[in-house]
Amino acid sequence: MLVVVCVKQVPDTTQVQIDPVTNTLIREGVPFIVNPYDTHAVEQALRFKDRFGCRVAAISMGPPNAEATLRKALAQGVDRAVLLSDRTFGGADTLATSKVLAAAIEKLAQEEEVGVVICGKQTIDGDTAQVGPGIATRLHFSQLTLVDRVDELDLSAKKIRVSRKLEGRHEHVEAPLPVLLTVVRELNRPRYPTVAMRLESADAQVEVWDNKVLQLDANGIGLKGSPTWVSRIFSPERAKGEMLGDGVHDPEGAAQLLIDKMLEKDLLAL
Amino acid sequence: MMPQTVIFTTLLVASLLFFCWSVYRRFSLVYFGQPEDRLDQPARRLSEMFLYAFGQLRVLRKPFGLNHFVIFWSFVILALANGEFLVNGVFPSVSLALLPEGVHRVLLFAFDVVSLLTLFAIAFSFIRRLVVKPPYLDSLYVKGRSPEAFAILSFIALLMLAYFGLHGALIALQTEGNSSAMPVSSLVGAWLGQHPSLIPTVYLVSWWVHAFVLFAFICFLPHSKHMHILTAIPNCYFGALTWPATQPREKFEKGAVYGVGAVERFTWKDLFDSFSCTECGRCQAACPATNTGKALNPRQVVHAIKTNLMENSHALREGRSGTLPLIGDEGEGTNTEEAIWACTTCGACIEACPVLIEQMPKIVKMRRHLVETESRFPEELLNLFENMEQRSNPWGIAPGERAKWVSTLPVQPFVAGETEYLLYVGCAGSFDSRAKQVTVALATVLNAAGISWGILGKDEKCCGDSLRRLGNEYLFEKMALENVEIFRERGVTKVITLCPHCLTTLKNDYRQYGLELEVVHQSELIAELIRSGRIKLDRKDDSLGRIAYHDPCYLGRHNDIFDAPRTLVEAATGTAAVEAERHGRNSFCCGAGGGRMWMEEFTGERVNHARVDELLAQKPDTICVACPYCMTMVEDGLKDKGAGQVRVKDVVEVLAEGLLRKNA
Repeated sequence: MLVVVCVKQVPDTTQVQIDPVTNTLIREGVPFIVNPYDTHAVEQALRFKDRFGCRVAAISMGPPNAEATLRKALAQGVDRAVLLSDRTFGGADTLATSKVLAAAIEKLAQEEEVGVVICGKQTIDGDTAQVGPGIATRLHFSQLTLVDRVDELDLSAKKIRVSRKLEGRHEHVEAPLPVLLTVVRELNRPRYPTVAMRLESADAQVEVWDNKVLQLDANGIGLKGSPTWVSRIFSPERAKGEMLGDGVHDPEGAAQLLIDKMLEKDLLAL
Repeated sequence: MMPQTVIFTTLLVASLLFFCWSVYRRFSLVYFGQPEDRLDQPARRLSEMFLYAFGQLRVLRKPFGLNHFVIFWSFVILALANGEFLVNGVFPSVSLALLPEGVHRVLLFAFDVVSLLTLFAIAFSFIRRLVVKPPYLDSLYVKGRSPEAFAILSFIALLMLAYFGLHGALIALQTEGNSSAMPVSSLVGAWLGQHPSLIPTVYLVSWWVHAFVLFAFICFLPHSKHMHILTAIPNCYFGALTWPATQPREKFEKGAVYGVGAVERFTWKDLFDSFSCTECGRCQAACPATNTGKALNPRQVVHAIKTNLMENSHALREGRSGTLPLIGDEGEGTNTEEAIWACTTCGACIEACPVLIEQMPKIVKMRRHLVETESRFPEELLNLFENMEQRSNPWGIAPGERAKWVSTLPVQPFVAGETEYLLYVGCAGSFDSRAKQVTVALATVLNAAGISWGILGKDEKCCGDSLRRLGNEYLFEKMALENVEIFRERGVTKVITLCPHCLTTLKNDYRQYGLELEVVHQSELIAELIRSGRIKLDRKDDSLGRIAYHDPCYLGRHNDIFDAPRTLVEAATGTAAVEAERHGRNSFCCGAGGGRMWMEEFTGERVNHARVDELLAQKPDTICVACPYCMTMVEDGLKDKGAGQVRVKDVVEVLAEGLLRKNA
């Protein structure tokens, strides 16, 4: 069985500023990182590999320099890395992106049965959380989003049981394979590549598939295939802060209030 | 040949053979270690050996060291007497009496007095172990009051008693013509003269006791901690010629092994260190981790290496790796991961060791194995490693914000040829809100003194200090190479650092990459400006009250900068800072070195609490530091201890305030 993990190279959003004139991201000089949620997806795939001996393939759609992101996945231990890169894929919204990724997974499935696809819950640049579900829909896979724990993967019975982290509650669900999971940070702690793996991955082959390989209708992908267009992008005004307590008396009470507020807003987890 | 001679000769030869075999068995294990050059500069090495081994310089740092000094030199002097005894036992006609009489008499006098001194010293040693019992004598697997320790002390005492018995009997028999040169033996002789019936028995028993104790010593020596009398002297010869403030580079290539995960991965010198340990406990008495109840004890680390090597010796001789793991669960001969991560790399253990063992670098070597080969480290470090790799600072703050501290004052970028000094602000000085105030203070002082300086701004990167001390050498190398490239490209030759960790990394570590910079810590440069009169403070400022100074390990012990920061305090306030009980070379760590800054402290007392308690004992109104890590640790410690009224200032802030007041 093959586990496919989808990763994306994103600009380090902590360093992105918006050009107030053109309404676009100032990407110049901003380093790229692996979408943080995707690192947890890779880790989960590798845990399946450790446990069941299945193979793991990482795929990413992006420009040629997105290879660095796949190399990082290789350093962590994935067996195969495929970069989906073609000018015609560029400018894609979530719909067009999920088409390309789904097509790539179908192509991988021609060689080896795909049992599980894992994505991060969302990317930190787009923040839509639509690509994972989009892939599942196109592949007709079961779809389990926001997974924060995998309770059981039963390969013989072809089913999976997971916990989903929803606002203020958890949901325990079971689904038949093949399945697509989108995962949250609480799921695991990504492994740190050993030096040996880093050196290995530096020379490892990253396959590049363009549209000659995937053979998708050029009108359904990339900018042409994207019904979404961005009319405006801006930094929201920062809401005014709120004073908890009087700033002098009862610091413990104020701290408790702060903790409660943060829990309520899902900024803290217990 | 007399039967006595035959028995003696047989036993002596047997003992010597056993000794040689034992020494060979042990020391041949050292050859399983990795190569390391410790043979360069023989003249310097000899002088170190004389200073530390024969001069017992480090031993004498503790008052009780005098006792050891007496025993050591007695041993050296009495080696001649014991040598004579052994030779004489085989060849009865050969003795020191063949020497000119004057020389012989001096020797006899020396032997006599020294033997008495030794007896006293041994008595003190017994008292110390049985009555005084300093806490650092014991650790988990090494006990100060072990049968072994008492056996060795008893052997020495017996040897001295037998010496007096033997020579007293000879004097009583009036066969010793030089009795007037032997005051103590003469007293014994005089007493025996009153009990003539005892003389033959005392003579015979003393002779055989003397013989047997010597044989026992010869046999026992290589199997006990007393082996240090064989290894300590060469270990001082092989000691590090420069303070080991830096770690050696690693070669990153496919198939290579990183760090030390098995005992044979240590260098031969590391292994030899383990055989040289006298188990005195001074490193453990100095260690901030041990002192605050952590799993780490530097003496245990060295002891574990020895035990592990011996336990695995059979396998190693067969070309296999041993079965006893070097890093694993709690047990003798194994280091726990918890212990390895507890080290602050402060170097107090190295400073304390009388025989120049380097404990801390061994811990970093094991960290390298854990990080680079096993990918196993405390959870908190994952964030640190990622932040360092992606954003080149420990907090993961956007690199673009590096120069935000300058918003309050005009700062020029560094331009080669135009600017003299690069001010390497460092991550704390750039991002930490408290340390940023120190940066501004430093900039004010530099401007006041008319120094030409500039910064790299957002192009500055982290020096990588924490990574190297944490054993992430791969990432450190990547960052070091980037920095070396930047410094070369920008034509940087002279650097001022705010932080002692940047100082040591740029000055000592980057040298391994062929970059020779003139790096000064801000306090050094400013102390020099005060000396040369470029900074003048006429009105002394006493608003900070009583000031205690805390020596940062990486400024003081690692880089020998003790006076400069004190000069700043004194210049600004007109009064010398008061000293904590442990200060200067023996300063006690704040708890943040060696990457501990980025880790949680779950076990025992917090290191910063222990240090703050010690500083508070001096009743200061202000505590001065010269390191941003120390600043954080001392400030946090004071808050936790409810001593928030005590201020913490960097020495340069004290000086800057003095300057501002002067100009006001």
